[in-house]
Amino acid sequence: MATCEFLPNALCSFPAIGDQYIRETRKVIDDGFKGIVREYGFVIDAVTQPLQVFLNSFERLFTNSPWIVVLIAMMAIVYAGSRSIRITVGTALAMCAIGLLGLWNDAMITLAITTVATLIAIIIGIPIGILMARSDRIQGTINPVLDVMQTLPSFVYLIPVVVIFGIGKVPGLIAVVIYAVPPMIRLTNLGIRLVDKEVLEAADAFGSSSSQKLWNVQMPLALPTIMAGINQTIMMSLAMVVVASMVGVGGLGKNTLQAIANQFFTYGFMNGFALVAIAIIFDRTSQAYGKRLQKHSEVVHG
Amino acid sequence: MASHGIEIKGLYKIFGPRGRDYVDAVKAGLSKADLNEKHGHVLGLKNIDISMPAGGITVVMGLSGSGKSTLIRHINRLIEPTYGEVVYDGLDVCAMKESELREFRRHRTAMVFQKFALLPHRTVIENTVYGLDIQGVPRSESTKRGQYWIERVGLNGFENHYPNHLSGGMQQRVGLARALTNDADILLMDEAYSALDPLIRVDMQTVLLDIQAELKKTVVFITHDLDEALRLGDKIAILRDGEVIQQGTGQEIVLSPADDYITAFVKEVNRGRVIRAGTVMRPLEGPTDGLRLSSAMMLEAAAKEMCEQGQNRALVVDDAGVPVGILDLQTIVSAMVTPAATEHQQIAAE
Repeated sequence: MATCEFLPNALCSFPAIGDQYIRETRKVIDDGFKGIVREYGFVIDAVTQPLQVFLNSFERLFTNSPWIVVLIAMMAIVYAGSRSIRITVGTALAMCAIGLLGLWNDAMITLAITTVATLIAIIIGIPIGILMARSDRIQGTINPVLDVMQTLPSFVYLIPVVVIFGIGKVPGLIAVVIYAVPPMIRLTNLGIRLVDKEVLEAADAFGSSSSQKLWNVQMPLALPTIMAGINQTIMMSLAMVVVASMVGVGGLGKNTLQAIANQFFTYGFMNGFALVAIAIIFDRTSQAYGKRLQKHSEVVHG
Repeated sequence: MASHGIEIKGLYKIFGPRGRDYVDAVKAGLSKADLNEKHGHVLGLKNIDISMPAGGITVVMGLSGSGKSTLIRHINRLIEPTYGEVVYDGLDVCAMKESELREFRRHRTAMVFQKFALLPHRTVIENTVYGLDIQGVPRSESTKRGQYWIERVGLNGFENHYPNHLSGGMQQRVGLARALTNDADILLMDEAYSALDPLIRVDMQTVLLDIQAELKKTVVFITHDLDEALRLGDKIAILRDGEVIQQGTGQEIVLSPADDYITAFVKEVNRGRVIRAGTVMRPLEGPTDGLRLSSAMMLEAAAKEMCEQGQNRALVVDDAGVPVGILDLQTIVSAMVTPAATEHQQIAAE
């Protein structure tokens, strides 16, 4: 570049720290990290062991049951949630199409990990959301963490997960949960904070304790918002299942990854379609359920 | 049920982070405007002294911003006082510990809110038993009690509706039933009827008066409507800018308003419904036969009675039935049309 002739070199090309230092630093951090992991391997195992059992039993339940049982159970759940024949029939058709394409087993594996990830995200997310709603200080502490979690590209936090937990289904599950939990936390917090102040005042005036207030007033009134959070969490775990296939999660995600690597256009498309179909089933069912929960708030009189 | 009166003594409320520090300054004469401008604190209530009679309806009246809603929230301490006492049955509500306060709210008070504040996810009957749920009364018992009050407030057949499916008037009936089911001595009504249509409001006032005649609770009723205050109140306190400017019976306030502000307020009042026969009667003279009216009768009712009987002169008798004065249509009409100021002078002259 012409301007570089007049400028000192330091202002022209950015003066990076020498490779030597970077290498040193990297080595120290990496070794320290690995050392800790090796040192506390038993702790990590103890933590991941129940997850492993939980996930495996779900996977076995889904893959070992005859397809017709799984299909009927799914239709029953979808109908119980949505009370809509249309959504139920749509579910049956979509699942049959997945089965005909030979993706039934993979779809079951994906379904299992998504279900487990969603359950864990709900179990973790709702209490944290409640804590955040109770205290502005906790909200102030957790919010930036959630911001980082949501802005960090999903590939990036596979790295610490892999370093700490290694490769496999459970590290994949952990990555999915981390990715999917922020909307659960945020929307629980928001839902509780948006509860009508007048109704809360009434609860106080009748002498509610704070747990009575939580279970009689705040949680029921926040439920529609919490349901929206659950819906978001399901959608995000489905999306993350594909990325997590890079660290060893099986199912439709793995197929998609293979298709990308090998340029199998049709195969990739089929798996993609199966994922979309499952996403739509989850989404429609949980939304219809959420809407049904709000039936009492329809205003008949003006 | 034995009710107790509520004594509010020297109550101050200053909104702001350091309200307590300014109590002495306010006592020494710092004005509301100065407090706000120089110190950024808002004077909510200033030196409130009201004694609310047991088993009676005390109405606190004032325009918006006068502090009336703040005042009622001090009785069950939904708002923390800055200084002063609220005494009920020998206990200072302002000094209660949290658990005592919760018990006090559960068993001694019930509240009705301007915007109803019902739980939208609960049906009418479930809302009605809410207070009992909190107390831990089993549903089998509480539903029976709730059902009774639902019938009393005229919501038969709506037990399983959701509040949002009801009109405003009916929602407030649910609010009233919820408060009454609690069976508390104190009934706090914060502008309970202000959001209702005029006709429904009168209807609800009647419901309250009927129930009160039977239960004799200590009711505190907040309103900005003088007609409502005069109709309901055994005692009325008028608030402006956080201060009580006059308290007394409706008749006392209409006949001798404390200042121009209240004079302006009472100018439009239907005096025939406030002034009692005993107040304007003339000294006893002439024959002691003919129509007899109670001295507690309102002038409007007295006039109606006299017209129906075709009389233009009636004997006023006290509670024991002893004649104490006479009333004629001329006196009634002049009392009903005379502006407050001249009436005041007349009474003073007598």
